[in-house]
Amino acid sequence: MTVALERPAIAAAKPARRRRVSLGAVTPYLQSAPLALILGAFLLLPIIMIAVVSFWDYDFAAMYPDFLTTNYSDVLGSWVTWKTYLNTIKFAAIVWALTLFIGFWVAYFLAFHIRTTAMQMVLFLVCTVPFLTSNIIRMISWIPVLGRNGLINSTLVQLGLVPKPIEWLLYSEFAVVLAMVHLYTLFMVTPIFNTLMRIDRSLFEAARDAGASGWQVLWNVIIPLAKPGMAIGTIFVVTLVMADFSTVQVMSGGQSASVALMMKNQMSLLQYPAAAANAVVLLVLVLLMVTGILRIVDIRKEL
Amino acid sequence: MSHEKRTLEFYVLAAFFILFVLFLYGPLSAILILSFQGETGGLTFPLNGVSLHWFANLFERQAVGDFGGSFKRSLVLGLMVMIVTVVVSLLAGLAFRQKFRGATALFYLAVASLVVPSIIISLGIGVVFQQVGLRPAWYTSAFGAHLTWTLPFGVLIMFAVFNRFSPAYEEAARDLGATSWQTFAHVVLPMIAPSLIGVGLFGFTLSYDEFARTLMTSGTFNTLPLEIYGMTTNVTTPVLYALGTVTTVFSFLVILATLGAILYVGRRRART
Repeated sequence: MTVALERPAIAAAKPARRRRVSLGAVTPYLQSAPLALILGAFLLLPIIMIAVVSFWDYDFAAMYPDFLTTNYSDVLGSWVTWKTYLNTIKFAAIVWALTLFIGFWVAYFLAFHIRTTAMQMVLFLVCTVPFLTSNIIRMISWIPVLGRNGLINSTLVQLGLVPKPIEWLLYSEFAVVLAMVHLYTLFMVTPIFNTLMRIDRSLFEAARDAGASGWQVLWNVIIPLAKPGMAIGTIFVVTLVMADFSTVQVMSGGQSASVALMMKNQMSLLQYPAAAANAVVLLVLVLLMVTGILRIVDIRKEL
Repeated sequence: MSHEKRTLEFYVLAAFFILFVLFLYGPLSAILILSFQGETGGLTFPLNGVSLHWFANLFERQAVGDFGGSFKRSLVLGLMVMIVTVVVSLLAGLAFRQKFRGATALFYLAVASLVVPSIIISLGIGVVFQQVGLRPAWYTSAFGAHLTWTLPFGVLIMFAVFNRFSPAYEEAARDLGATSWQTFAHVVLPMIAPSLIGVGLFGFTLSYDEFARTLMTSGTFNTLPLEIYGMTTNVTTPVLYALGTVTTVFSFLVILATLGAILYVGRRRART
């Protein structure tokens, strides 16, 4: 009987609903079209173009459409390239380890030791603000601190701890790593803080009641649950370091190399096909790293 | 954990946190102080007197190149990028609430935009413009290049916002007879306004400070970060620091204004 009663109502509602559904079916396509168009024109197309150009011929003046593999054999056959790639990966590994350590403990402190939400937000903002200022300025700002007559050296000399200024503070690999940690740690803090805040606190009590020590809670409860945040932070830091040329150039004073810096030098010599071949290799490497990390975490679930 | 007495762990971590904050702000404050360096002073401490000499120097064309022009270009470009980022991210965020063909592909394209090295995008856009026969300019090629950096942030933020957004509010509005436009304008938009302001802040500051993607795409005229990047190799006076101080203060003002706007919007919502 109820079925019989409902039927006319459904029939009456049907035309109106069908109209809405057909309109609603187009809506998401219209809404996502601008994003798709912009990324298509300024991300996909340029990458396809790079892949194409990497097979072209070139001389000092122009490039010529062709299908050569010499750009790749030049890139992969040179000892300098391999050393540069290894050097870049070394920077990525060191900076990753340092930012992960610092980022985790900063996020841990903010999430579990600050008692009020307002204070948490204030301290979090304190960490975020430098990120919204110029990267180059933040790099340059190390010069008066680390330089030959900089703050650290003059203090050490005055205290009599070292006889003459330490030379390797600025324009060295140490300076590169320090500046990168300075620039990129926030990319670790934010996602880890985000996952830590979502951990159900009663899990700690449960673990304590079951006899776990503080370290055991950290190792067996907190760190496994923080893994997605660490993975997202890792994607940010690793891709930023792998793509870096300015920090390496400014902070090493030209004494160290990275893949992107090598590309930039090729570009300034107008060797676009060579730079393009390098770009393809670097892109494949970075995408492999990222897909590897994405196996650990589903980004869509973490947002 | 949080209602016990402060433990040793707290003090160790608090010290660590303070060191981290000093690490973040220490060098910046060094630049800030040194930009007031006296006329005969150099790039490092000590201060040889205090003066505004280097700030005045900023506005002399021959000393630092075209500071005023590049600042104006960066400002306009930042505003353009901000507006487009907010609108496009909002639309995409709304789109992702429904299922549609290619949603996953588009989402991962946005993520890819974040992880593809900046210099590759810069090179690619530069080559595309060259092959098509267009001249790169800061308001065309660099504009597009900046969007590939700001849009993924905007889209991910909107994605997160709508993940937490309960459809119950919209259902309630619809039950009360609101059209879908009214529901959007009077219910959804005011609720996500603070996040949109945040997306706008990201769009502006990321563009204002961006230079790896601008490198090959800015054409004849430099943006401010490119101007500063050029200066790092050939300027050896504290005028560099004066420029750093000016742009940093400007960034701080932008951040403060944004926070103020978010608080204002939140308070107005709480009152009504």
